[in-house]
Amino acid sequence: MSLYDLLLAPFMQFGFMARALAGAVILSLSAGPVGVFLMLRRMSLTGDAMAHAILPGAAAGFLVSGLAILPMTLGGFAAGLIVAVLSGLVSRFTIQREDNSLAAFYLISLALGVMLVSLKGSNVDLMHVLFGTVLALNNDALLMIGAIVTVSLVALALLWRPLVAECLDPTFLRSVSGAGQPVHLLFLALVVINLVGGFQALGTLLAVGLMMLPAAAARFWVRSLEAMCALAIAISVVSSYLGLLVSYHLSVASGPAIILVAGAIYVLSMLFGSRGLVSSHLRPRRHRIA
Amino acid sequence: MSAIRIEDLTLGYDGHPAVHHLDGSFARGSLTAVMGPNGSGKSTLLKGVMGALKPLGGRVVLDGFGRRDIAYLPQLAEIDRSFPAVVADLLALGFWKRRGAFSAIRGADHKEMEAALARVGLSGFERRTIDTLSGGQLQRALFARVLVQDAPVILLDEPFAAIDERTVADLTDLITHWHGEGRTVIAVLHDAELVHASFPQTLLLAREPIAWGATATALTADNLRRARQMVEAWDEQAPWHEHDHDHDHDHRHDHDHDHRHDHGHGPAGQDHDHHHDHPASSRGTH
Repeated sequence: MSLYDLLLAPFMQFGFMARALAGAVILSLSAGPVGVFLMLRRMSLTGDAMAHAILPGAAAGFLVSGLAILPMTLGGFAAGLIVAVLSGLVSRFTIQREDNSLAAFYLISLALGVMLVSLKGSNVDLMHVLFGTVLALNNDALLMIGAIVTVSLVALALLWRPLVAECLDPTFLRSVSGAGQPVHLLFLALVVINLVGGFQALGTLLAVGLMMLPAAAARFWVRSLEAMCALAIAISVVSSYLGLLVSYHLSVASGPAIILVAGAIYVLSMLFGSRGLVSSHLRPRRHRIA
Repeated sequence: MSAIRIEDLTLGYDGHPAVHHLDGSFARGSLTAVMGPNGSGKSTLLKGVMGALKPLGGRVVLDGFGRRDIAYLPQLAEIDRSFPAVVADLLALGFWKRRGAFSAIRGADHKEMEAALARVGLSGFERRTIDTLSGGQLQRALFARVLVQDAPVILLDEPFAAIDERTVADLTDLITHWHGEGRTVIAVLHDAELVHASFPQTLLLAREPIAWGATATALTADNLRRARQMVEAWDEQAPWHEHDHDHDHDHRHDHDHDHRHDHGHGPAGQDHDHHHDHPASSRGTH
């Protein structure tokens, strides 16, 4: 097998492979930075909870119109936002902390979603919604992902400084502006639309993988926020490409293959990254004189 | 002329008062130390002035400026030092009021940040990541941010907790400088010696005000001892506060006129004898 056959042919010969790659790469552009902020705000598991929470919305869309992209996307977006806002409100007005109320709401949401899918669909449909089919991305889905990423990048650029302030020194932000609470909610909305963008390709459960794993891996290499975001995007893109290749050549499911490659990059970064295990323990204890 | 007027202010958490019927004012351009034992309501008072805590009773009146004009330095713990930011990022937050959330930090702003860092003895620290700073260095950087904020009113909550002597001396110097510029400064402090040396005004709190006025008359050994006793007495009292809600009205009524008379204008050195009786008489009433 030539190098061309190994690395390029699958994407040149098959439209579905090319579209899958395009979808995953475009998604990486915003999922990477969103993941970095999730991680730095210590909300990694919030992303996971939100991923479960969008299920009933997607399922409702599926009930109404089968596996069509727009209804499922809108449904997922609505469900995610409702859960985010409700858990925010409950934590604000009751003694329950946000992580607890989020856990409560996403579990309710997940159960509702599975029940909705089972009302009409088969196990295959449920698997499709839960784990996605990156190889079935049609042009509509690509356009949707493109739109979501465009909106996300513009929003991230606008929210950048308030977001940084909210992470770094929330008390200070509260003292100079009332932006803290709205920024938090807008950020959760960004998380939700990126998960919704990813679930068509990767499914609701794995969409968060393309967000968190590259961000967590990037942290083992670089220090600054900007570099972390850039590297997270790069790792996402590489994972998408390698994952799809693995999926094609070994005939395994594409979504899990992409996330497993990202997982492998995470483990390697953790071990061998410039700020990883090996380097921080084996490096000679060099230091400057002052 | 007063900058901040406190009118019969009660602040607390879950209905438990931490600041109880406080009356008085911080004059414009004054430099006041807030002293008192742990749990006496010092930090709570600052949060109340900032509007971060809604009063259970009374109010805070800001005269001639808004809440956003206050530079507030909370206790160190609230900053996420693992966040990948450099000292310049931390300082740049100080421009929020002037530049807003979106517009860029300009060349002149960078000059100003450099000058502020030089003023606190951190020249050349712009690109240092905040996780590499010592406690003293971080506090210096935060004082530089207050400089950048250029606020007419500055609230400092225990700025010298766990800070080395040299840093305390340098930053106290900066506070004195702010006072000289006519800014109103309120700082929560623990070191009576430092307060005597550098803070003209003192508010001695023990949930209720023990004394408020010129430091020499307010911050006496006798007053400090009374403050300690007050807080201990309050703690003893705490359990039934929780069980009996009806008493609140009576209790408030009993003591209202006392405070009004004694603290209405807040000069130091008045007779505070009734405070001795407070816990005992309250217990008697109920």
